[in-house]
Amino acid sequence: MRRRRPREPAIQQRPGGVGVGAERSERQQLSFPSIFIYGHTSSGKTYVMKTLLNTLQLPHVFVNCVECFTSRLLLEEILIQLQNHSSETRRASPVPCDTFNDFVRLFKQALVSQNLQDQTVYVVLDRAEQLREMEANILPAFLRLQELTDRNVTVILLSEIVWEMFRPNTGCFEPFILYFPDYSIGHLQKILSQNHPPEYSADFYSAYINILLGVFYMVCRDLKELQHLAALNFSKYCEPVVRKEAKERDTRKLWKNIEPHLKKAMQTVYLREISSSQWERLQCEEGELGQIKGLSAHAHVELPYYSKFLLIAAYLASYNPVRTDKRFFLKHHGKIKKTNFMKKHEKTSNHLLGPKPFPLDRLLAILYSIVDNRVAPTANIFSQITSLVTLQLLSVVGNNDQLDGPRYKCTVSLDFIRAIARTVNFDIIKYLYDFL
Amino acid sequence: MSTRSLSKGCFVFKPSPKKRKVSRTTAYYFREGSSDLEDSELRFATCQSLQKQVKSETEQIEEELNEQLFDNLVSFLRRSHSAFQEKKTEWTCRTKSREIPTAALVLGVNVTDHDFTFRSLSEVLQNNVTPYIALLEAKDCPGIKNLMQKLLGQLMNCCIDVDSSEEEDYEHVSRSRVRCSMTTLINWYESATKRTDSETPGKKRTSSRHWQSPPVVVIFKDMESFTTKVLQDFVVISSQHIGEFPLVLIFGIATSPMIIHSLLPHSVSSLLCIELFQSLSCKDHLSTIIDKILLTTQFPLKLSEKVLQVLINIFLYHDFSVQNFIKGFQLCIVEHFHSNPLSVLCCQLEEAKRRVNSLSHNQCENVRRLPSFRRYVESQVSEKQIALLTVDSSLKEAVQKLLEDLNVYHENYFPILRCLHVFTSSLPKYPLGKQIRELHCACLENRVWETEEYESSLQLARMLNKSDLVTMLQKCVEILVSSPGREFDEIVEKLKEFLTQFQKLEEAYQERDESISPQKELQKKTNLYHLQKTLLELKESRRSKKLTKFEMLRFEVVDYIDSLVRHYLVPADHKTLHEIVYFNTASVLREHLNAAPRIALHTALNNPYSYLKSEALKSDGGSISNKAPDICIAYKLHLECGRLINLADWLEAFSTVVTAAEGPTADAASSDQVDDVIHARFIRAVSELELLGFIKPSKQKTDHVARLTWGGC
Repeated sequence: MRRRRPREPAIQQRPGGVGVGAERSERQQLSFPSIFIYGHTSSGKTYVMKTLLNTLQLPHVFVNCVECFTSRLLLEEILIQLQNHSSETRRASPVPCDTFNDFVRLFKQALVSQNLQDQTVYVVLDRAEQLREMEANILPAFLRLQELTDRNVTVILLSEIVWEMFRPNTGCFEPFILYFPDYSIGHLQKILSQNHPPEYSADFYSAYINILLGVFYMVCRDLKELQHLAALNFSKYCEPVVRKEAKERDTRKLWKNIEPHLKKAMQTVYLREISSSQWERLQCEEGELGQIKGLSAHAHVELPYYSKFLLIAAYLASYNPVRTDKRFFLKHHGKIKKTNFMKKHEKTSNHLLGPKPFPLDRLLAILYSIVDNRVAPTANIFSQITSLVTLQLLSVVGNNDQLDGPRYKCTVSLDFIRAIARTVNFDIIKYLYDFL
Repeated sequence: MSTRSLSKGCFVFKPSPKKRKVSRTTAYYFREGSSDLEDSELRFATCQSLQKQVKSETEQIEEELNEQLFDNLVSFLRRSHSAFQEKKTEWTCRTKSREIPTAALVLGVNVTDHDFTFRSLSEVLQNNVTPYIALLEAKDCPGIKNLMQKLLGQLMNCCIDVDSSEEEDYEHVSRSRVRCSMTTLINWYESATKRTDSETPGKKRTSSRHWQSPPVVVIFKDMESFTTKVLQDFVVISSQHIGEFPLVLIFGIATSPMIIHSLLPHSVSSLLCIELFQSLSCKDHLSTIIDKILLTTQFPLKLSEKVLQVLINIFLYHDFSVQNFIKGFQLCIVEHFHSNPLSVLCCQLEEAKRRVNSLSHNQCENVRRLPSFRRYVESQVSEKQIALLTVDSSLKEAVQKLLEDLNVYHENYFPILRCLHVFTSSLPKYPLGKQIRELHCACLENRVWETEEYESSLQLARMLNKSDLVTMLQKCVEILVSSPGREFDEIVEKLKEFLTQFQKLEEAYQERDESISPQKELQKKTNLYHLQKTLLELKESRRSKKLTKFEMLRFEVVDYIDSLVRHYLVPADHKTLHEIVYFNTASVLREHLNAAPRIALHTALNNPYSYLKSEALKSDGGSISNKAPDICIAYKLHLECGRLINLADWLEAFSTVVTAAEGPTADAASSDQVDDVIHARFIRAVSELELLGFIKPSKQKTDHVARLTWGGC
């Protein structure tokens, strides 16, 4: 591979084994039945495969398994692509193919009709981890497709997770495994610099990429994301040059101009706090960032009065041990010895352990004691609990058999509940066991 | 309204449109229980027309409120779309990854209202932007497969709707044969847009209405309820094809936009280009509705303080749902016209006067029975009293006059209320409430000027500074000028006079500024002793100082406002014949809208007399009567038990109670052996209790059941 396309850096950094079968051998020679390629996100698996198959003009089928979410869709998609291999016109109605048995039969037919018997056909399954969720026979059958069809076919699986997570209990044919390591910073630099805009020189752009990687490499190594960020912020980088305030070689000045901007981008666009189109508009208008608030600025949720108290009660029930309820919510709880009250094993913060499930009765009992005036157990109160569940502020634990006494968990954070409690003048910290 | 059901409490009689279609039966229900046949029909008709009026009015208000939001959304769609089309060749566009334009629509927690918003949103989009809209709900999409099916189904159907029927057979592919994949969708989109393009000369209207290549809008109604996997898969799949057709997502969010980040991992959310849109908060929404519907003279029916409080409390404490508030108001209308025979007069003044003339004798008697009318009669001279109580025609005359008075009262009440609100809403700490609805309730409840809050707000008003006072007066003038009341000319004159006086004061001040202020004198003194002396003097003089002109004027203004309040903001139940116009049975409304099923069930089982009304069941205190239904006996016995109930003990107690009446002779005969019939009855009662959710079988102990409720004794 390295010999053939040295100019494509994304491919250049990849192990040479991929193309071995295709490159070194003649087309009619049998190749390994299945190859499994894994590597982290955007380490070039899909891109390398695509480029390779297209440049060598090998007969192939390329399918994304997320898109074909049922086995039927997947099999039909492969057949359709195979049938359209030579002819451009798409068939109006695809042949129904429900089982793998049918698939093998139809696959053979398709190979004959397309005159592909004498060369290796590649079936690439991108995001192959989805195969595990289909019927149990799909994955082993694909691995043995060569044997089942008795044709010269190689199945290539692309995935982000290791082969050990795939291997079925019953065992299967072991594919040839290839690992795509992550790009190093040098690789990233080379790949990103490759794609420079036509108006500017490669050196200029490469300097820009250097600065960009300096800021973002700590948080993001995703090539696609970096490319996106590079495109978004490049116009800002060029600004001094466009205004003739700096020359292209004035790296230091350019760096001073772009660095705070990139840091801001890291806190906003990269986290998708504001969208990239909003970011671009901001750049154009030279406006201050304060004008557009990020998504997390709108974290406040307005709730009806009793819903607030229900949520507070749920939070207390989730984070306080049951036996402390007496101390918190009974007016005349008598004397509870402090040493007794503070048990040793409960010293570890309940907040570190996360919310615990509690029954409905406890929730209502706490609610009645923390609301000042009398609350009638009306239908509305119960429906409010359900709507809190649909809003994902509470979650139901276990089976949802209503007669069995449903159990809930409170899923909101401490900050959130404190903000809620503040609006109803309820000092929640005083009621939390962890903060005593 | 009556039901034939045993339990009571959770029957909401919503005025459903279907019911109205079969109007004869509804009218029949209306007639039930009232002796006057003719009036009930008239009442029914009035009720219906009022309902219709309220409905159209609220819909219009909601449309206006949503207009801004929808405009923003449409322009967002336009923007996201244009970016797609134009700069395909530009360098940045090539290298930048293609994101799916996404609108995060934060609508607030009042989920019941969202349906209406989404319906009108899709209508707006359909009319202005694109015919291709799919509305997805979480409950229809448990998996990605169902989601795609639903999506394709909605999109392909909408295509048929837009096009004429000629091509129906072409599009009419049975759903099962369509492959539910993105490629199908893309092919469909291509063919659909191509078709509309080729038809443009023939069908100018459709092409001008929609954009060149209309975006496909997919709306997720309830983002929170979707499972993470479905959403992720959908976003990933559609991001693969975003270059091939213009897709726009709209997420309906009830809580906060943070939910996007908690539902989608960064790798998926980085495929989206999310912009935030926020709808009006539901509290503002409610204020507008109350302002436009309740605080006007437009609708003859008014709500009394208690009823309004019930509706507002349900809104604030329970659901935040404006739709439910409106439904509650509609229920008030139905209930008022149904239960009150005199509600026939609850219509516009002219019509009401006409109807007074044709009142029957029975109805006249009804009028005489009204407490407010009795009070009125008592205040009259004796001859007049006799005439009113015996002669129908003089009664009718009086009623006409009183109705007119009531109308005038309302015409004056609302503008003056608004004026008072202008004052109270700017005072610190809002002693009379921030919202006008709180002020309205306070005024309806009793004489507002006798309350402490009013007193303290007047005190505060006497300390207002001049610029505030002037702007308030100007606002009041505006309100009064724009209102139709007849008596306001005088008031407006008076207020304007105040304003000119303030103006004059200002000029006077400017003149006086030139005179030497005491502070200037102060600076001359250098000796410490002298300084102290002058300061003391100054203090002294300030304390005994006469009021300045401005302060005098301020007192005058406040007093004038006070006099207006005393004159015009009399509580409605001090007015004669208020019962005709005001709906005030809050308890009925509460029973219907804020039902307490637990309490109702407990009452039914604990005290069967309250529902069955059989004399035999009338029991005194805690004793258990054996005449009661079996389930009641079993229920009462189980209340005395702890968390686990021994079935054998329970059965024994049950049989003791049931056989108690037979006397000691019968008891002795079957003391050790429980009768088979009683045994069977007991089993049935226990299984009924289990069905109602009071007990459940327990595995902790044999022959025991667990109680699921507590309290209730």
